[in-house]
Amino acid sequence: MLKSHVRFYSATGKRLVLVADDEPVNRELLTYILQGDFDLLTASNGREVLQLVREHAERLSLVLLDLMMPELDGFRVLESMGAEGLLPRLPVIVITSEKAAEVRSLRLGASDFITKPFELPEVILARVQRTIELSEDRDILQGTERDSLTGLFNKEFFYRYAAQYDRVHDGKAMDAYVLDINHFHLVNEINGKAYGDLVLRRIAEQLRRVVAETGCMAARREGDRFMVYAPHGCLDGETLLAGVMQQLDDINSARIRIRMGIYPEADRSVSVEERFDRAKAASDSLRDNYTRFISIYDRSAYEQQMFAEQLIDEMDTALLHRQFEVWFQPKYDIRGESPRLTSAEALVRWRHPERGMISPGRFIPLFEKNGLIQKLDHYVWREAAAHCARWKAAYGVDIPVSVNVSRIDIFDPDLVPKLLKIVSDAGLTTDDLLLEITESAYAEDSGQIIQAVAALRERGFRIEMDDFGSGYSSLNMLAELPLDILKLDMRFVRALEKDGSGKALRMLELMTDIARFLQVPVIAEGVETKDQLDIMKRLGVDTVQGYYFSKPLPAEEFETLLSS
Amino acid sequence: MLTIETLQSYGANTAEGLARCLNNEAFYLRLVGMALADDGFEKLLSAVKADDRQAAFEAAHGLKGVLGNLALTPLYERASQITELLRAGQEADYVPMAEELIRKRDELTAAAG
Repeated sequence: MLKSHVRFYSATGKRLVLVADDEPVNRELLTYILQGDFDLLTASNGREVLQLVREHAERLSLVLLDLMMPELDGFRVLESMGAEGLLPRLPVIVITSEKAAEVRSLRLGASDFITKPFELPEVILARVQRTIELSEDRDILQGTERDSLTGLFNKEFFYRYAAQYDRVHDGKAMDAYVLDINHFHLVNEINGKAYGDLVLRRIAEQLRRVVAETGCMAARREGDRFMVYAPHGCLDGETLLAGVMQQLDDINSARIRIRMGIYPEADRSVSVEERFDRAKAASDSLRDNYTRFISIYDRSAYEQQMFAEQLIDEMDTALLHRQFEVWFQPKYDIRGESPRLTSAEALVRWRHPERGMISPGRFIPLFEKNGLIQKLDHYVWREAAAHCARWKAAYGVDIPVSVNVSRIDIFDPDLVPKLLKIVSDAGLTTDDLLLEITESAYAEDSGQIIQAVAALRERGFRIEMDDFGSGYSSLNMLAELPLDILKLDMRFVRALEKDGSGKALRMLELMTDIARFLQVPVIAEGVETKDQLDIMKRLGVDTVQGYYFSKPLPAEEFETLLSS
Repeated sequence: MLTIETLQSYGANTAEGLARCLNNEAFYLRLVGMALADDGFEKLLSAVKADDRQAAFEAAHGLKGVLGNLALTPLYERASQITELLRAGQEADYVPMAEELIRKRDELTAAAG
């Protein structure tokens, strides 16, 4: 009927409106005004209104309610609707001719009122439409700004409101709290999702209580993570956590643990998100800690973690742009009169365009932890094979290269074909690529390793056990291990430096004895002095590497060494 | 027969009443007919005769709303006066006032034929 509202109404269908007035003339008038735009129900007394409202609660969009009605007047109707939780989801416009009644009905939860005698039909229509629109918008807004399970803010709105709070309270020190449930996925898996949801709701309940008492704000971030933003000193972490745990007391058969990260007096120069990321990092630092449950954000730990995450993020780009360089550590056979360069160990370096040279000690442990090391290993294998092939072609020398095989590679069912392909793509044989596997991998995954290594050796690869002496292999296991070369952990050679009692030397003797017993050659790493070299010779070590002969070299320099 | 002209000469603000009915004359006239047949007039009279102030107020208030909506000014003004006096709890000669309201209604009913 009114053109400006046609779009809104036609798009989403006709709304149902209840017209309640005991005077037939008034009912007819309102019906006549509204019938073009709405589906209508009518009632002539309060009892009917309540009955219809209950019956059509889902579909009804609005009630037009006359206050003066027999049986049950409009005020009583409003009271009942309020008590039954129908307000304010179902908006009510009160029809009245008295100013005093307006205030009272608004207080009872009425959304608006229209006066008698009625205003122009256009005004009534517009008021009805506006009220419905507002109510629906609010529903949508609440649906989007609140987490439906817990009723707390969701993350986006929380951040927005927190930023708004900051703008209004300029310079006020604020604390950011993050609460996480330890191993919540297990709680869900073992006890079922319904139980998990109950836990989340209980936690939210307590946070809502705290929010109501202290005027801070709370949100559910995602899954099992909650956030609280509070003026500094307004909350106490211990009390907050104790309150939450208490809420779980009677249902906590699963012995749920909650950890909390706090970023007190959060830096206002970084975004709200960033502040909560820092609180989260503090909380995450407790993930596997079973004795401490509260952690305060620590700037240096956080920066280290950020650095690590950046390195992980940048790894693919680095591979693509060949920022990883393969360097070679020459290995010398010391059995004859004069040492001979017979092989090399491939080592990786990261030449970062902004950070410069990054030490492998900073990125390899990271990549090992998350499995990215596999990609890097493959890259190194291909590069090493390519260089080895080049040396053959250019200088007519056979210099096998040792490459690292990480624990995760061992579990790759395609490891053997992958390595064979790399070797054959480069025009090499399995003699040219030596595979280094660290002793600790042997000790921890022995069954798997033995199988994988056996398969590799069957195809002709030779296996070097790296870092021997650092991985707690049991002696009887050692006898069974399939391996071709033992590589002593460099700490044993280093220990010779301060070897007053001669223990370090004795240890080296023992290990070379083991190698002899296993009938495999021994390589010593980290040989830096003539004295150390002489000891190695005396002990019958076959091959050494270390600064005494050469530090690791970039490929070109290694080639220069070969050509001389 | 009830017409707009009858109502105008009676003193109704037909423009206002019609506007509330989206200028549908037939609908307006039908509602006026319903208002004239409203039993609220008789309820009011018997309530004031019985000195039942609450019932009288409710009846007068209801009439006031209907008559106001239809802009039947002469009736609306009388119903309003009675309503406000009753609301304020004032002593007044309510019976003649109610009788006057009914006489005024009958006048229109007669004019309508």
